[in-house]
Amino acid sequence: MTPVKSKKAWELRLYVAGKTAKSVTALTNLQKYCEEHLKGQYVIEVIDLLEKPQLAEGDQIFAIPTLVRKVPEPIRKIIGDLSNEEKVLVGLNIRLA
Amino acid sequence: MSKSQKKNPVASHRALPKSATGIIGLDEITGGGFPTGRPTLICGDAGSGKTLMSMEFIVRGAIEFNEPGVFMAFEEKADELAMNVASLGFDLKKLQADKKIRVDHVHIERTEIEETGEYDLEGLFIRLGHAIDSIKAKRVVLDTLENLFSGLTNQRILRAELGRLFHWLKEKGVTAVITGERGDGKLTRHGLEEYISDCVILLDHRVIDQISTRRLRIVKYRGTVHGTNEYPFLIDEEGISVLPVTSLHLSKQVQTERISTGIAGLDQMLGGKGFYKGSSILVSGTAGTGKTSIAAYFAVEACKRGERCIYFSFEESPKQIVRNMSSIGLDVQKYLDNDLLHFHASRPTLYGLEMHLVAMHKHIRKFKPDTVILDPITNLITIGSVGEVKSMLVRLLDFLMEEQITVMFTALTLNTVVNEQTDEGVSSLVDAWLLVRDIEFNGERNRGMYVMKSRGMKHSNQVREFLITDTGLSLVDVYLGPEGVLTGSAREAEQLKEHTGKALRDYALDRKDREIIRKRRVLESKISSLQTEFESVEEELNKIYLEEELKKEIMEKNRKEVMALRRENKDIDTTSAPAKKKGNK
Repeated sequence: MTPVKSKKAWELRLYVAGKTAKSVTALTNLQKYCEEHLKGQYVIEVIDLLEKPQLAEGDQIFAIPTLVRKVPEPIRKIIGDLSNEEKVLVGLNIRLA
Repeated sequence: MSKSQKKNPVASHRALPKSATGIIGLDEITGGGFPTGRPTLICGDAGSGKTLMSMEFIVRGAIEFNEPGVFMAFEEKADELAMNVASLGFDLKKLQADKKIRVDHVHIERTEIEETGEYDLEGLFIRLGHAIDSIKAKRVVLDTLENLFSGLTNQRILRAELGRLFHWLKEKGVTAVITGERGDGKLTRHGLEEYISDCVILLDHRVIDQISTRRLRIVKYRGTVHGTNEYPFLIDEEGISVLPVTSLHLSKQVQTERISTGIAGLDQMLGGKGFYKGSSILVSGTAGTGKTSIAAYFAVEACKRGERCIYFSFEESPKQIVRNMSSIGLDVQKYLDNDLLHFHASRPTLYGLEMHLVAMHKHIRKFKPDTVILDPITNLITIGSVGEVKSMLVRLLDFLMEEQITVMFTALTLNTVVNEQTDEGVSSLVDAWLLVRDIEFNGERNRGMYVMKSRGMKHSNQVREFLITDTGLSLVDVYLGPEGVLTGSAREAEQLKEHTGKALRDYALDRKDREIIRKRRVLESKISSLQTEFESVEEELNKIYLEEELKKEIMEKNRKEVMALRRENKDIDTTSAPAKKKGNK
């Protein structure tokens, strides 16, 4: 759990496909939750699959938008516009269920 | 409908374009393959061969038709898939390296996924689109798409997205195959058939009497004529082969060429020339009557003519047959060595009837024989009913006639009703029927053979005795003695008896002849003595006659002399006479 390298404790990736309403909502929601609960310990990488379709296979992406928690392990995925805060926090193990 | 239109270039655009699958038999029943640029649904139970069929569609498309394909696997990982199909001789890794195939494994693990709010499956579309574009794929397989349903909970979104997916696939212009697990009372568990309406193929894997048979049925195929039956198919080391069941018409070519049976006596019974080439022959008989020997002779005779022959044995192993036939002076091994003769021995219970049929089909297509032997068909009844066996044989016969292959079946007749039915069931299908039967007489068993029927040729109506000797098979005339038909040693004995009788008769005849000669001699001597006697009597009689004559002559002479004397006296008398008259006046 402890960050060894210069990386942050939470590495999050958000996969989107263009600037759709769902993607925008998801990103807004995510940034809000992170600011509230993980201030300073997180990094969000947004990947637009329309630009880099070859990346979809690596993280087993099939739904859009998908949030992937790369660090800390294990990898977790949350799909949808992240409108349910409770679910996102539990899904990311930020808050215990 | 497509045939006439293909010839007509103006109308050709109306015919549904199809992408050949390359799967043996499937293209025939679909009339050319799956609809090009449209999705096809392959559904079936677990283990019915969906994945394999779709994989073969992709691999054969890439190898044989130069159409690259994307295989999107929702169940198995790429490595697992590669390993699974390696057993069929498909090198998936190499094909992937050559950019002919792309395998993408979509891993959906419910425990790793949390759903919150609205989403869509654009990610899947992008992945698929990327895969298609990267190798310019013409074919796509989604196996098994329904795994999405177990991985995601929001059915509403899923259904909407699936509808969009199929629409998108059509727009992409790829020929897609989607597999789906069969559900209760529905073709697929999640009703995928609602989205795919162009072509639906149902695979089935049924176990009847402990024997499993795979079957395939085209449930629907919009805009084309297709076979509607259930077609059995086989998965073996070369992939799938589907058997096109029955030809729809009886319009086969026939041959007038005749071929020898290898048994001179039998050829004689068939008008001296044997059977027609490309005809079907049934040899039936009770156990141990030499059916296999007849079949082996027929096979070897074909090889002697330089033709190819496949021998399907359901009872004996090839080695057994080779050994057994060498005991009657038939060298089978020679033709095995020079590859004219092939043996395929399998137990009937190895797999179902349909499978046997498919397997035979395959072997025949591969080896292209002129003659096929099935020995015996009766054993097939152990794995199917009379009707099933018959329908299977009809199909096999159809196929063989189409290919102008001569076929000989052997059938064991037992004294049970069921087996008589088999005999009769098949007998109406075949062109010629030989019956070999036991003739039990005089404390021994002998074999008799007769031609029950032989279409289109003159044939003997006689029962011939059928001999199996160290030097081979031969037919001898059955001996018709005063006490009826005799065979075996009784025939020999009777012939011997007749021989003795003849000698005796000849001797008796000789004696009679001599007697007659003697009689004649006696008669002749008698005749000559009688003649001598007659001559003496005649002489005696002649003598009397002469004497008489002489006497008569002398007497005549005397009389004349007397007469002369008397005349002189008369002259004197006449002078006195008128005086007498005068006195009366």
